[in-house]
Amino acid sequence: MTGKIRSVSELHEFQASLKEELQGDRTVITLCAGPGCAASGADNVAKAFRKHIEEMGLTDQVTFKCTGCHGFCALAPVVAIDPAGYCYEGVKQADVKDILERTIIGGEVIEKLLYVDPETGEPVLYEKDIPFYKHQDRILLAENRQIDPDRLEDFLAIDGYSALAKVLDEMSSEDVIQAILDSGLRGRGGAGFPTGLKWQIAHQQTAEPKYIVCNADEGDPGAFMDRGIIEGNPHRVIEGMCIGARAIGANQGFVYVRYEYPIAVQRINQAVDQAREAGLLGENILGSDFSFDLKVVMGAGAFVCGEETALIASLEGKKGEPVQRPPFPVESGYRGKPTVINNVESWTCVPHVIGKGAEWFSSIGSEGSKGTKIFSLVGKVKNTGLVEVPMGTTIRKIVYDIGGGVPNGKSFKAIQTGGPAGGCLPEDLIDLPIDFEALTKAGTIMGSGGLIVMDESTCMVDVARYFTRFLEEESCGKCYSCRKGTQRMRELLDDICEGKGTLDHLDLLEELGETVNNASMCGLGQNAANPVLSTLRYFRHEYEAHITEHRCSAGVCAALIRYFIQEELCDGCHACSKVCPVEAISGEKDLEHEIDPDVCITCGSCIEVCPTDAIIIVSGSGEEA
Amino acid sequence: MPSSSTAPDSMEPEVVVTEEDLATTDEILKQHQYDRSEMIAILLGVQDALGYLPVPVLKHLAERLEVSPISLFGIVTFYTSFRLNPPGRHKCTVCMGTACHVRGAVNVLKEFERRLDISAGSTTPDRHFQLETVNCVGACAIGPLVIVDDEYHGNITPIKIPRLLRRLERDKAEDVT
Repeated sequence: MTGKIRSVSELHEFQASLKEELQGDRTVITLCAGPGCAASGADNVAKAFRKHIEEMGLTDQVTFKCTGCHGFCALAPVVAIDPAGYCYEGVKQADVKDILERTIIGGEVIEKLLYVDPETGEPVLYEKDIPFYKHQDRILLAENRQIDPDRLEDFLAIDGYSALAKVLDEMSSEDVIQAILDSGLRGRGGAGFPTGLKWQIAHQQTAEPKYIVCNADEGDPGAFMDRGIIEGNPHRVIEGMCIGARAIGANQGFVYVRYEYPIAVQRINQAVDQAREAGLLGENILGSDFSFDLKVVMGAGAFVCGEETALIASLEGKKGEPVQRPPFPVESGYRGKPTVINNVESWTCVPHVIGKGAEWFSSIGSEGSKGTKIFSLVGKVKNTGLVEVPMGTTIRKIVYDIGGGVPNGKSFKAIQTGGPAGGCLPEDLIDLPIDFEALTKAGTIMGSGGLIVMDESTCMVDVARYFTRFLEEESCGKCYSCRKGTQRMRELLDDICEGKGTLDHLDLLEELGETVNNASMCGLGQNAANPVLSTLRYFRHEYEAHITEHRCSAGVCAALIRYFIQEELCDGCHACSKVCPVEAISGEKDLEHEIDPDVCITCGSCIEVCPTDAIIIVSGSGEEA
Repeated sequence: MPSSSTAPDSMEPEVVVTEEDLATTDEILKQHQYDRSEMIAILLGVQDALGYLPVPVLKHLAERLEVSPISLFGIVTFYTSFRLNPPGRHKCTVCMGTACHVRGAVNVLKEFERRLDISAGSTTPDRHFQLETVNCVGACAIGPLVIVDDEYHGNITPIKIPRLLRRLERDKAEDVT
């Protein structure tokens, strides 16, 4: 950077010069270094690219950059080559030289690195034609692929901070708030409160100073949308917060990030420093009368801190215990002053609304839920990753058209939405459009956008127990109904999973669940029974099978299952007995093997290695699970 | 309540805190201007520097910040990232997020517990291994996931665990010397 940008016109000049510099006719190789790719060896691939580009003297023709998450984690590590628009998947260090020699210099496509469409069996040449991408509407995530998150210049080259400039140059606080109201933007953190309304209330408060907060305490297990944005496009979050601060009249903001996301912490800190150096944070931003600064604060591992009053307590250095609302944080928040808290994705939407207009934003989505929403599509689905679609898109489109359906020939059973306090929806509801209203009606919540696909080998009772245990551990303990209710529900579920349940357990669970949801104070407790109630509503038969037949049809509940080798299929290869960690498998070489159920710890290793699929899980009266 | 920051084990030898540890703690306090609202950042900083939060250090902190030790202890045990016991040489963290769970994280954790003969949240008696769980690190696409000394390992099944552990056992001899 060349120092402070002193005015809006200077910003535009600088953006124009960067565009020219960065977007010539150079070939751009973009490696995704998001969480999934990084965990699949992207760092080594990056090193190899840098080394070979240098050695082969390609530095003048080729720009290489590492970006945040592109979204298609199932193919990690992913490399995109522009302007051609090619996409290579599963790229290893050893492929790098080949890519440079054959594709970059030779102009040839390396077929073995292309994505193969499982429908047609044909390799797909262009990224835009891959079904996973083709069926999405990527507005927020599309930017991840364009910028190196370490470089403010890259962000400015895609007109970054132009929305802030527009606000400073030509909009009043009222104009900004009206635009956000008109856009229909609702909070992406889970509750779906209209963002514009929140800002309007904060704007009307007379108490000073006012604060704004970015909630990046993405605690829902199975969700990484916010991680994807902060790591991939931190300046967009900062820009959104600057606009929010201008609108409500705040001069200080906080980004509250989980400590479990060390890269996100590093990136946002770095981006704040860069913005400050460039005059985009601090005193008199872009030469205007607006001053605003940001501080990054790390959480210390407590799910409940995603709840806004708990988050504020944690910001103040206390235990993250929620307090009764009202007063809401917009009236009395951080240090008792008006505080607007929005989640990462909400802040990221703001510059887009301002830049492209409220009308544009509200033209996307469904009746009551506008814009796009990012989901993390995980679990038993082929194309795992981050997905961005208009609100109101059906579950079917997300799971099948984008997600490619359930892998390994298994069948779809349920989809879990809304994080631990969300619910599970069955196959009958696969055509349900995903928006705030539809999900609530179906007994679950939007939450922050985790979508976990479950197949026939997922036990719904076990899933309910998993979430209930999670909530039991994360309950702050303030409300008796939540503290004790989650514990008792988990104990009842333990009984059922261990074959000790009775049908009375189900009535008790229902009664207890209603009480927990009704009698608890914060969002955690008020939704804590959702996993139990929604699975009881849609999968009661599975509970009943556990109780009356001691049968876990998914083959998950350890106390109810047994591993069994089918004689006729076993060729006695010893593969299973070699990997069995407890020597539960006996049998001579080339003769059929047998598993001793008393020794077996049901770890599943034998099934994983059996070349003839001879091993099955049986449950209940001996039928295959 | 979050469970991994367990109370100090009575079987542990008495914690010895050096003058140096207290000086480090004071240095961190100074960086944060002895500001109580920075409590969590202070605790994270001290833990980063010392590896854990020894009880005598907590008492020292309480004194310097003029808060009661009990309220400080309340904060430390509230958040899962704080630990009151010394860490092991190698840390294995099993992700127990939903995506990992439905793909078999329970069996992965059980196998770690069985092989190391400790339960999650504790350290082997020789302090060579520390076993932890985490409620999701956002790498759900490649679950079940295990983080070994800050390095991510995706698609882990019980079969892959012995190899992971063997690699970490190589420097065991150094523990004794």
